[in-house]
Amino acid sequence: MILSRLTARPIPLITGLLIALALPWAIYPPVALDIACWALFAAAVDLLLGHTGLLPFGHAAFWGGSAYVTGLISLHAGLPFPVAVLGGAATAALLALPIGYLSARLRGIYFAMVTLAFAQVVYFAVNQWRGLTGGENGLQGIPRHFFGLDLSDPFFFYYAGLPLVLAGLFAAWRITRSPFGRVLTAVRDNPARAQALGYPVARYKLLAFVLSAGLSGLAGGLFAIGHGFASLDDVYWTTSGQVVMMVVLGGIGTLWGGALGAALIVELNDYLATAGFQEIGLVTGTIFVIIVLVFRRGLWGTVHDLLPTSAPHRTPRRPASEGA
Amino acid sequence: MLQQAFNGLVGGAFYALLALGLSVIFGMLRVVNFAHGSFYMLGAFGAYVLLDSLGLNFWVALVAVPLLLGAAGVLVERVFVRRLTRLDPLYGFLFTFGLALILQDAVKHRYGVQSQPYPRPSALSGSLDLGLFDYPAYQVFVLALSLLTCAATWLILTRTRVGTIVRAATERPELTRALGIDVGRWVAPVFGFGVALAGLAGVLAAPMRAVNPLMGADLIITVFAVVVIGGLGSIFGSVAAGFAIGLITALGNLYVPALSQTLVFVVMAAVLLWRPAGLFGREEAAL
Repeated sequence: MILSRLTARPIPLITGLLIALALPWAIYPPVALDIACWALFAAAVDLLLGHTGLLPFGHAAFWGGSAYVTGLISLHAGLPFPVAVLGGAATAALLALPIGYLSARLRGIYFAMVTLAFAQVVYFAVNQWRGLTGGENGLQGIPRHFFGLDLSDPFFFYYAGLPLVLAGLFAAWRITRSPFGRVLTAVRDNPARAQALGYPVARYKLLAFVLSAGLSGLAGGLFAIGHGFASLDDVYWTTSGQVVMMVVLGGIGTLWGGALGAALIVELNDYLATAGFQEIGLVTGTIFVIIVLVFRRGLWGTVHDLLPTSAPHRTPRRPASEGA
Repeated sequence: MLQQAFNGLVGGAFYALLALGLSVIFGMLRVVNFAHGSFYMLGAFGAYVLLDSLGLNFWVALVAVPLLLGAAGVLVERVFVRRLTRLDPLYGFLFTFGLALILQDAVKHRYGVQSQPYPRPSALSGSLDLGLFDYPAYQVFVLALSLLTCAATWLILTRTRVGTIVRAATERPELTRALGIDVGRWVAPVFGFGVALAGLAGVLAAPMRAVNPLMGADLIITVFAVVVIGGLGSIFGSVAAGFAIGLITALGNLYVPALSQTLVFVVMAAVLLWRPAGLFGREEAAL
């Protein structure tokens, strides 16, 4: 069944795979890996924002938390990098349990504020626990162990890491298409009704939160291995904001749109940094404001609407009156 | 100990002013203003610029900067935020997040990240004998002015016709409209008022804290926690939680310095377990 669904729309799927495979030929390989990691991170966030109707504003805790754990495993245990990354992702999912338990009871804007606040706790913890995390210096010189293979060339490492990203993206896609994902949609569109139908809404939200955190951890761990270091930036709220920005830019609820948003923001950051322009927020903030004001469907949603053959695209978020 | 408690109240004065502004704005617009920390930072920079390039002193800044920022807030509401009020409240949050990035990096672009000096006003440079200990006069002034502002806001909201309209529009917007009151007219002024409060906090912070573009960034997250504790939209809850968190943070700093920054979030977690809508909030926050 999975296979038939996958092959039902072969052209977008094959195009996506080809782009993923060709990316390091077209652009600087380390940047290509950044895009892949952020694309997975954005898909993980869209699982909550687009498919569960929750705006997580503290996912840096899971991305960055995993980056540190992955780094520590690689540095001290010398395990192959996929194992380290999976360890980081598992830790992120575990960390999401208490945070999710407390925040999934809230809705709308409260959820966003509370997840942001809890992520700040993780930031302070990482900053204070200098013996383990290196404080301001971060973790440096994270190795890329892989059964003795030399993966120091970023071009080869991209292909070594890509399966993890693709597996994560596939998982995110499967979740949205599963019965569980359908319930999440019901929770998004009408929580009271979902509850009345007998679905424990809070528990569904919590599970979605944990899954999203785990996938974010997968992305963050790989990002840390790719860069060879984990820094305080990874756990700071600007990272939480940046991934939300990518999702909104690509199109909330489109899952693949986030990859587009990730590619644009990463490329833009890279371009501005190379040009020596420090105040990136000036540019990204302006783009973001315009998207929120004018193109709320995001790039993917807008393009999707223009294609004549495409099925009518569901509005990711109705102009809700609930809570207002 | 007592002195540390007093420090806490002064710190709480800033939390209270910022939380009050956030709550007033949220009550009327259902928008959580992420840019509130940036307006606070702009308040401090406004005072700095007035002194540095125009030679206008602290007292002028104390009046002029909140007025200017309030006007800017009215403009931002009229031009941008208004377009988002009919949508999911999350869009307002996202818009103000983008705005915060722009404001912060614009100031960073112009002034760099290093802190700018701002002297204390000469009239308040000494210290006051408070009976039990001497305390810097400026800090006493900050505490007094903050309490006065919170009290004045409370009086405006409860004792004037404008306040009644705003409270009615906060509780039941449709019904208020049905009674023939033009609610829309008051939205921009309320937003401007909230921004002006952030600006006032910023001017007050200039002589006490480092004036730099990042001063509002971390503070706003703590203030978010404060309003969640007090109950978002609850005026009294925000102010009370502001001062309480100031006290708790200062005393925590005395006993467990490593945890002092985290303490407010621990309190928030406890409050969420017990009362998800906050101490003084209505139940709409919860599921």
